Amino acid sequence: METLDFQFASAPVSRSAHAALCGVVGSGNLEILVQAGDQPATCQVSIKTSARGFGATWQAVLGSFAASHPAGGTRIDINDMGATPAVVSLRLAQALAEYRGGEQ
Amino acid sequence: MNAPQPRQWDSLRQNRARRLERAASLGLAGQNGKEIPVDRIVDLLEAVIQPGDRVCLEGNNQKQADFLAESLADCDPARINHLSMVQSVLALPSHVDLFERGLANRLDFSFSGPQGARLAKLVQEQRIEIGAIHTYLELFGRYFLDLTPNIALIAAQAADAEGNLYLGPNTEDTPAIVEATAFKGGIVVAQVNQRLDKLPRVDVPADWVDFTVQAPRPNYIEPLFTRDPAQITEVQVLMAMMAIKGIYAEYGVKRLNHGIGFDTAAIELLLPTYAAELGLKGKICTHWALNPHPTLIPAIESGFVESVHCFGSEVGMDNYVAARSDVFFTGADGSMRSNRAFSQTAGLYACDMFIGSTLQMDLAGNSSTATLGRITGFGGAPNMGSDPHGRRHASPAWLKAGREAAGPNAIRGRKLVVQMVETFREHMAPVFVEELDAWQLQKMMGAELPPIMIYGDDVSHIVTEEGIANLLLCRTPEEREQAIRGVAGFTPVGMARDKAMVENLRDRGIVRRPEDLGIDPRLATRDLLAARSVKDLVRWSGGLYAPPSRFRNW
Repeated sequence: METLDFQFASAPVSRSAHAALCGVVGSGNLEILVQAGDQPATCQVSIKTSARGFGATWQAVLGSFAASHPAGGTRIDINDMGATPAVVSLRLAQALAEYRGGEQ
Repeated sequence: MNAPQPRQWDSLRQNRARRLERAASLGLAGQNGKEIPVDRIVDLLEAVIQPGDRVCLEGNNQKQADFLAESLADCDPARINHLSMVQSVLALPSHVDLFERGLANRLDFSFSGPQGARLAKLVQEQRIEIGAIHTYLELFGRYFLDLTPNIALIAAQAADAEGNLYLGPNTEDTPAIVEATAFKGGIVVAQVNQRLDKLPRVDVPADWVDFTVQAPRPNYIEPLFTRDPAQITEVQVLMAMMAIKGIYAEYGVKRLNHGIGFDTAAIELLLPTYAAELGLKGKICTHWALNPHPTLIPAIESGFVESVHCFGSEVGMDNYVAARSDVFFTGADGSMRSNRAFSQTAGLYACDMFIGSTLQMDLAGNSSTATLGRITGFGGAPNMGSDPHGRRHASPAWLKAGREAAGPNAIRGRKLVVQMVETFREHMAPVFVEELDAWQLQKMMGAELPPIMIYGDDVSHIVTEEGIANLLLCRTPEEREQAIRGVAGFTPVGMARDKAMVENLRDRGIVRRPEDLGIDPRLATRDLLAARSVKDLVRWSGGLYAPPSRFRNW
């Protein structure tokens, strides 16, 4: 088990009253919880992962997500069981879309 | 003036007669349905085969003349040796035994799948000489030029008393093999599953067949094209959505071939749901060169599909196919007739698109499923995944692709050749690489060329979870490289992209992200699949599809 924490600058997202939960903790999969954070232009991410040694990859995947989506003002918690970057990126997009509600 | 040396012009025929006489002298005259007792098959093979013969052992990725393969491997290497084997697929342990036992020493083939590692070992030990690795149609072509078999060992469903053969739904390669052998002085031996007084239909006439033997068990057939929908992932659903919206819809692809993997199975299962919601029924995917994929059942039942011609059949699909004769090619008896040579021809000239997967792709778009320590070959993919310069007829998809590649005044169209891959395979092995393993494999094999499955200059699009790269619109090698890096995700190749250049390509529509295509990631769930299990497929088929036991978990 490894715990990783990151912060990324990101365009602010409109604050939602409801947290969004996406995915499941299963082999090759992950669970993502998006809720309101305390800094409007920052996306804070905390990861617990079963796969050690992929910090640089997490940083790249999350950095790309924060740059291409408005995720400022969120706090994202991730429980991971060896998801590939493809699965992580898809889940992040799904969780943020869920958090933003009907907005596209 | 010297008189020309008199030459004998029918030596093949005379040689054939001598072989048949040798068999007859052993009491194996092939009387009564050309029938040979099963316990004398080795005697027959040793009588009709000569050292140095070119032998075609029927076997492809589905049907296998497995009894004849084992019988040949049981022959005495002191009597039969230096055989040159020509065969579509080297799949069975007995195929490799021929070389290990010293019966054969040369091989021309297309695909070796499960025996790839043993084959590589034999090459390293210099116990086998590989003539060449072919695509199917190319190998069949050579059967009629410089690789004509002296002996063909084939598999049929049934023989009648005359020696006519019924091949059943798995017709596959048999017509091409028999035609090349029987009409050039060769000898055709068929293993059959059963003997019938009257065949459902005649697929091979008796006078093209010399001997038949009833095998102790039915010939082996591999259910190679069965994909369990339960194993399709949400990332594959996302990529299928991108392919349908960004390629199938935009080019109006009606005539096509799909590869074998889960990526394209996901597309098949999204036709009745996502594609139908986009209003694409009747506009895409109407005519197919494709094996009877169980995952195509929901699209057929939904009225998406007008016609399917098959390379071979698929285990469990026979009753379904027979009951859908408007869609599939079937005989007057009701059962399917497949034909690999004709379906590959359709895949080459009549399809507007091939879409498949690969294990590795380099920065020029060259791709290969060959990995270190395994010599596998590629079957039909190099044929289907190539742009045929001999094509002359136009279609909207072909013209649009051609004009994207060469401008509005293009004098020819282009086939769409699409590679669909997740950027990482299992165990985080990157698909996108600086150099294919094929180059190291070339050195190991001592081959003239690296074993590349699909050449980069034939590839029109690459679909990954990150987006679609349209290589037709790239104007320089640098643009192609950055377009490929731009969809290579977080692989080292993807991370090394020139971000500004990729954003520029994105502005020009060469690289497109899911959001550029208007795809809502929340829809990318397994709920979008028309069938989520093999049981769902059975239900869609009205109970006509009978999956093999290994795919039944209920």
